[in-house]
Amino acid sequence: MAEAISFGEEQELIASSALDFMRSRCSFEAVREWMETEAGYDRALWREIAELGWLGISLPEEYGGSGLGATEQISVVEAMGRQVFGSPFLANTLAAELLYLAGNDEQKQHWLPQLISGTRVGSVALGESSGAWDFGDFTARAELDGSQIRLTGEKCFVLDGGNADLLLVACSLGGKPVVVIVERSQVPDTALRVERLVDETRRSARIRLDGVSVPKESLLTGADASGALRRLQLKGALLVSAEMAGAAQGVLDLTLEYLKTRVQFGKKIGSYQALKHPMVWIMVGVEHSRSLLYRATTLWDAGGGSEELENAVRMSKVQSGDACTHAVDRAIQFHGAFGFTWDCHAQLFFRRAQWAEYTFGDAAHHRRHLSELLFKDDAPLSVSSS
Amino acid sequence: MSAEPEVSQIELDTFRAEVCRWLDENTPSAPAFKLPDSFLEVSSDEQFEYLRAWQRLVYDAGYLGMSWPSEFGGGGRPQIFQDIVNDEMAAGNHPFMLNIVGLMWAGPVILKFGSDEQRRRYLAPMLRADEIWCQGFSEPENGSDLANVQTTAIRDGDDYIINGTKIWTSLGTQAHHMILLARTDPSAGTKYQGLTFFLAPVDHPDVEKRPIRKMTGEFGFNETHFNNARVPASCVLGEEGQGWAIAMATLAFERYAEGGQAGGLDMVQLRVSELVEMARECRLDGRPAIEDPVVREELVRLSVEERAIEMNDLRRHIPGLCRERPDAIGLMRKLVTSEFRRRMTRFAVSLQGEAAKLYIGDPGAVEDGDWQRHYMNAYSVTIGGGTSQIQMNILGERVLGLDKG
Repeated sequence: MAEAISFGEEQELIASSALDFMRSRCSFEAVREWMETEAGYDRALWREIAELGWLGISLPEEYGGSGLGATEQISVVEAMGRQVFGSPFLANTLAAELLYLAGNDEQKQHWLPQLISGTRVGSVALGESSGAWDFGDFTARAELDGSQIRLTGEKCFVLDGGNADLLLVACSLGGKPVVVIVERSQVPDTALRVERLVDETRRSARIRLDGVSVPKESLLTGADASGALRRLQLKGALLVSAEMAGAAQGVLDLTLEYLKTRVQFGKKIGSYQALKHPMVWIMVGVEHSRSLLYRATTLWDAGGGSEELENAVRMSKVQSGDACTHAVDRAIQFHGAFGFTWDCHAQLFFRRAQWAEYTFGDAAHHRRHLSELLFKDDAPLSVSSS
Repeated sequence: MSAEPEVSQIELDTFRAEVCRWLDENTPSAPAFKLPDSFLEVSSDEQFEYLRAWQRLVYDAGYLGMSWPSEFGGGGRPQIFQDIVNDEMAAGNHPFMLNIVGLMWAGPVILKFGSDEQRRRYLAPMLRADEIWCQGFSEPENGSDLANVQTTAIRDGDDYIINGTKIWTSLGTQAHHMILLARTDPSAGTKYQGLTFFLAPVDHPDVEKRPIRKMTGEFGFNETHFNNARVPASCVLGEEGQGWAIAMATLAFERYAEGGQAGGLDMVQLRVSELVEMARECRLDGRPAIEDPVVREELVRLSVEERAIEMNDLRRHIPGLCRERPDAIGLMRKLVTSEFRRRMTRFAVSLQGEAAKLYIGDPGAVEDGDWQRHYMNAYSVTIGGGTSQIQMNILGERVLGLDKG
């Protein structure tokens, strides 16, 4: 029997150094500066993050990765979430993982070292205007035309789409899902529209593919794309879950600090049970989130492709999502009028939570899937129709 | 606790198999009468004797108090063995222990604060349920404000003379001993000072008990009156005046914030999987409840929380994953598990459609109305041992560092 929750020294070392790094280099003031820029992140800091090895933390050393697991990877993501850090980290990480999962040897050897070293930024183009979180029936299409692949359709919510040098585009070819590598230079500027997000520390784009044509070697042919995409979807949910667990802790800290300094009626407001008791439930939510998150990463690293893993990842996203969206909601309220000002950092967490909740499936979506997994012998409600 | 010797996985696996076999062969069949939900609601002699016989059987087989020192009746083995027994008992929902106040609260504090003479005197009969224990903390006027106890114990030669009333005394009518918090120095500076912790005899001519009926119609707890009850000074646990600290240690054991309990189960185990089964059987508006999207959603919510609680219990033993708030999971356990039980039992009743109104004894009641009773009895855990509201104060102040109100 595998360990229920794994723990190693490497993990603790990475977790504490990631937290130190994020706290010292990514203050809320710095985050606010970056969010005013077009790219939304600081390229010098990005290079430092690459040097720390975080961009390939869970990928094999032969491609420049660190050869560690999801357990170490989420330690970094949790720390990022605590400081509402943006950057193309999620986009680049998922692009590298999708290449690793579905690319052939040549594709991996060519692209992975570039993504892991941070010299090129990658992203994944998964979503479409339907807003469906279960990817598979892509309306974006690829057609073979001699030595070229011609693309049609539109991809939405492309993480850091405007920042990416390299896009892994999910589309259908002959009715089957495939992934095609598209370089940014192959997409005309007019085909890319930056989306306006609730979370201003994040970037995403909508990309029209009509007229885009790439060499047929751009098709990922290392493995079955639908399996790889399913796995990537789960990984995305896991990483965003870690980000939300971190953000919930970050906003808990922020709110506690206020409750310990703000005085009304001659007392610190944190002494009032109307505020104290809900703070306890926020803490409980964070503790639950961490336990389920570490359970999911343990199963991930144990190498399962099993239903148990899917179950654990979905539970993790549900719990982190519920805990984080609740924590930010109360954070605004408990800061009083200051809470809904631009200057109060609670808004950063609030907007991040709104972004993260609806990325890789909200809690309701994962609960519907969990009901299929948990009660599968019972007359199932169709997930798509509910 | 000192470092425990390494035990091989093979030894543990063998032991687990042995425990499973023993439980299969020795767990008594369900009696003709109804058993209570926990030791708190023991209302009849037949319930009492059944549960006492079970505890005795488990102890005599060597499966209770396994980590307590062997010189005091324990097994002298690493805690992991008792954990395995507890796991298997929970998994099979075997009957719970009777003498919980002794096994889980009084025993660990006697081990921690008692003299060897006290340990020798009390622990073995406690483990074997030969002597039953009850708790005398709450008073009619002092529940959550525990430190305000008014019961007095005044020194008189080699004895103390006790006067006052304790309330919510579970197993009070059958108990031989009470862990009792009393004021020995009424002139002490603050309410926390001048308190002393007694291991008081309560099968005593000057101790009077009056049973109190619960909302479920069951009995189990009592009002206990001390009328100039004379007890020997050897009943004091620790030092005179140390009562508050020992009472706090007792509550840490009671809330499972600290380990060291004798083991066994303390109540009927309720699992979300039982609700899923019930949702398959019960019909709402003519359809199986399990097909209702609202029902499915809540079942998933409960499943996620149940799993989170299980994972918390594992994570709390990995210090590297609890650095931020080392005590949080332990201290929140009572709040979280009791509130979860209340929410789960309330939802279980709602799965039954109109039959949800039927109670124990009605032939049409679903599962004989057990869930209706589980729901009502769930409050014994959200209130007993410090209400959820007090737990939130403790967590807010001690773990989150917020000011006292």
